[in-house]
Amino acid sequence: MSAEPVLSVRDLVVEIPTRGGLLRPVDRVSYDIGAGEILGVVGESGAGKSMTGNAVIGLLDRPARITSGEIWLNGERIDQLSMRELRKRRGKQIGMVFQDPLTSLNPLIPIGQQLTETIREHLPVTAAEARQRAIRSLEEVGIPAAAERIDSYPFEFSGGMRQRVVIALALCAEPSLVIADEPTTALDVSVQAQIIALLKRLCRERGTAVMLVTHDMGVIAETADRVAVMYAGRLAELGPVREVLTEPHHPYTSGLMGSTPLASKGQPRLHQIPGSMPRLGALPDGCAFNPRCPKAQDKCRQNPEPRIGPADPRAACWFPLGETA
Amino acid sequence: MTDLPQSPDTPIAVKKPSRLQEIWASDFLWQFRRSPVAMVSFAVVMLLVLSAVFAPLIAPHDPFNPATLNLMNGFTPPGEANMFTQDTFFLGTDDQGRDVFSTILYGMRISLFVGFAAVLLAMVIGITLGLIAGYVGGWTETIIMRVADVQLTFPAILVAMLIFGIAKGFTPPEYRDQMAIWVLILAIGLSDWVQFARVVRGATLVEKSKEYVQAAKLIGRTPFAIMLRHILPNVLSPVLVIATISLALAIIAEATLSFLGVGAPPTQPSLGTLIRIGQGFLFSGEWWILLFPSITLLALALSVNLLGDWLRDALNPKLR
Amino acid sequence: MSLVSIQNLTRVFDVSKPWLNRVIERLPKRYLTAVSDVSFDIPAKTTYALVGESGSGKSTIGKMVVGLLPPSEGGVTINGIDLAIETDDDKIESVRSDIQMIFQDPYASLNPRWRVRDIIQEPVVARGGKATGLAERLLEQVGLTASDADKFPHEFSGGQRQRICVARALASEPKLIVCDEPTSALDVSVQAQVLNLMSDLKDEFGLTYLFISHDLTVVQHMADRIGVLYLGRLVEEASPDALFDAPQHPYTQMLLEAAPRMDGFGREVEPPKGEIPDPIDPPSGCAFHPRCPMAVAKCSAERPALKTVGESRVACWVAQGDT
Repeated sequence: MSAEPVLSVRDLVVEIPTRGGLLRPVDRVSYDIGAGEILGVVGESGAGKSMTGNAVIGLLDRPARITSGEIWLNGERIDQLSMRELRKRRGKQIGMVFQDPLTSLNPLIPIGQQLTETIREHLPVTAAEARQRAIRSLEEVGIPAAAERIDSYPFEFSGGMRQRVVIALALCAEPSLVIADEPTTALDVSVQAQIIALLKRLCRERGTAVMLVTHDMGVIAETADRVAVMYAGRLAELGPVREVLTEPHHPYTSGLMGSTPLASKGQPRLHQIPGSMPRLGALPDGCAFNPRCPKAQDKCRQNPEPRIGPADPRAACWFPLGETA
Repeated sequence: MTDLPQSPDTPIAVKKPSRLQEIWASDFLWQFRRSPVAMVSFAVVMLLVLSAVFAPLIAPHDPFNPATLNLMNGFTPPGEANMFTQDTFFLGTDDQGRDVFSTILYGMRISLFVGFAAVLLAMVIGITLGLIAGYVGGWTETIIMRVADVQLTFPAILVAMLIFGIAKGFTPPEYRDQMAIWVLILAIGLSDWVQFARVVRGATLVEKSKEYVQAAKLIGRTPFAIMLRHILPNVLSPVLVIATISLALAIIAEATLSFLGVGAPPTQPSLGTLIRIGQGFLFSGEWWILLFPSITLLALALSVNLLGDWLRDALNPKLR
Repeated sequence: MSLVSIQNLTRVFDVSKPWLNRVIERLPKRYLTAVSDVSFDIPAKTTYALVGESGSGKSTIGKMVVGLLPPSEGGVTINGIDLAIETDDDKIESVRSDIQMIFQDPYASLNPRWRVRDIIQEPVVARGGKATGLAERLLEQVGLTASDADKFPHEFSGGQRQRICVARALASEPKLIVCDEPTSALDVSVQAQVLNLMSDLKDEFGLTYLFISHDLTVVQHMADRIGVLYLGRLVEEASPDALFDAPQHPYTQMLLEAAPRMDGFGREVEPPKGEIPDPIDPPSGCAFHPRCPMAVAKCSAERPALKTVGESRVACWVAQGDT
């Protein structure tokens, strides 16, 4: 990408001090997201994918904290900003969509008021203009009869409609980056398709950069431009979605793809990765994936895997698939 | 926080640690060791409880043995000596020449006994009714919880006084002093079951909807077995917190009743009775008769309460 | 003969407000029909899958099959015995021990205060049976180790817990296991392990599964026959091949189209119209007609019955060619 990326994360480390020692739920992760681009972040639970997103918006729960690395948003470094400064940027420059729409909406305030407050906080408009904008943004996300429903409370909407309102709320101040953390996990298949289509359309129209965190490989395949696969807090593979999913270079990506029922179509048994993801407190020496890796060699057991970033090779692996044929 | 592994701070066991090491390293004790408030209040509670339990061994005088009492020793100020034996009454004596320090120790026994027994009674009633209300539901629940609501609208002390009065009416006059302590326990226990029932019902409703209860139903377990073996162990931790805080309240309730003269009789004085006796002498200059029992009551109630507060935080994973 | 036979199964829930509110606000009683007139058979040693979105009634059917909920109408016959009307205690007991269930949430389905051994052996111990060594044997069977029996559930990961649930389900040597979304709380790679385990055990013990899921790909992999539910009614029933290659009911078609695909790079789907209607007040005629692209006048007036079309059974006027 030639233009400067909207979001640029470099060697980000998040640590949690515990009794058993220091845990690193995010370990030297680097990636860029350009304008109008959707970066999918996939991984299993505990892989650190939500934590990466939360670190960017400064929503880490104590005692987790960023201990090193840099986060740049539109050319400005934001990881060292105060909470107050960061709060200003949230909403204005970064919009957020979470898994459960109920937690992102205040149940006691009509949705219209929540929208106009957000708009007026970040944009210099009058109350009447803000209301017009709010109605327009509700129309944009496909809420029927937006002008009448703007004074309804969140509980008066269905789950899918509520998630639409959340998207309207995230986009109403026209941020340059949207972080969507499992936005469709709580929704039914038919509603999920609607929400995904909506998110895709709006971001393409406005040139918004999107970080889409999900565990659903199918959603990633259909939505993302590039994909970051995370394992045990580290980036395992980062690259264009089609290449990563069809010809994975990292054995973990390959195993993950293989274990979905679709990939094993017609076979009586599913391909399975042996073992399970190690706990952060009990990571193996060397590459974090080596005990489960079919191709692990001594080098993998002794040396930590190579770190990857936007400019580096696709897979954080000493012996990437496809290259060492 | 979905991305956190289940228990990030479980140490990786290389060798299986002994049971004792395991307990010492548990999250619970670790939290305890990190909280000065918890440790200090625990120490105070232990000190008071132990000195009450071993009162006959510690107390320099037996305040209830008329043979050792002498009215000539009445109103000895703190730190002054017995007129006959030259022992020091280091907290002074009361009007009848009883050693205040000893009466406090013995008074604490009564207070703590009544407190523990009343809380135990309240717990048994509250847990039973709460479990039944939560698990069975329907009309049973409505009746139990409405009774609880009605009782909650009256101050607990009023309810206790009412129960005390009724129960006293039923005891024959010659047993009244003997039975006073038990009536007190009944009164405080019955006035205090509501919060146990409410908390247990709430927790039961949550547990009841969990799938392990459905699995037990599927096996064909009886409702009684499910309540007792499956649900009860899982609703006990909030009960423990309430029990601790209730203990402080029960001790105060007992003191209040005794202070008002409807509780422990002067022949078996509790801390409350001592305070009632002492307040009569406050303005004639014998301040110690009131002050020391009051401080003891305060220290006891406060440290138990602080311990309960800490326990609530320690058992609530959200506040960590 | 079929192991399980479900006839005209219906379940109505009373969702009225409390009596006092109804009197004051002059509201009528309100009923939610969660399951309506569902009939199907499960032959022994096969897997029957129920798919549907939220509110389709699939979990309610599962609960009625295992006897956790009584049906409002119709019945479930297992081995020729209907639990709801059978009076012979011995027969009830024998059917009860033939049915087990695996639940969705591996964190809620194990009692956190019990040791794994007691959890696994409970189905046997509760019936007064002897269970020495049973837990250890079953734990090894599901891919854990015998020494795990002394541990508590919190020491295990989600996938391992689900294995423990499988072990518990196997303890009473059941013939039928109802699996209610057994892998939807698990990660993909763990899901593969658990699904493989379930397939292996099915062959080894000759089990019959009623598999309830919202995930079409999982269902396609596991099932011998699939029933699609919409608002409490069976709209289509077919073999996996028939269902996925040539879905007959427009709702099935919509579901298949909407499900994300692993190879659907940049796929632009026309998202389905509308949302699932309020089950308390479902649309007239075919409940799917307001969202259906093929709906004709008859669809809103009359409800189509489930009829055999080719290899499948389908409840749609258009698919039945009767418009």
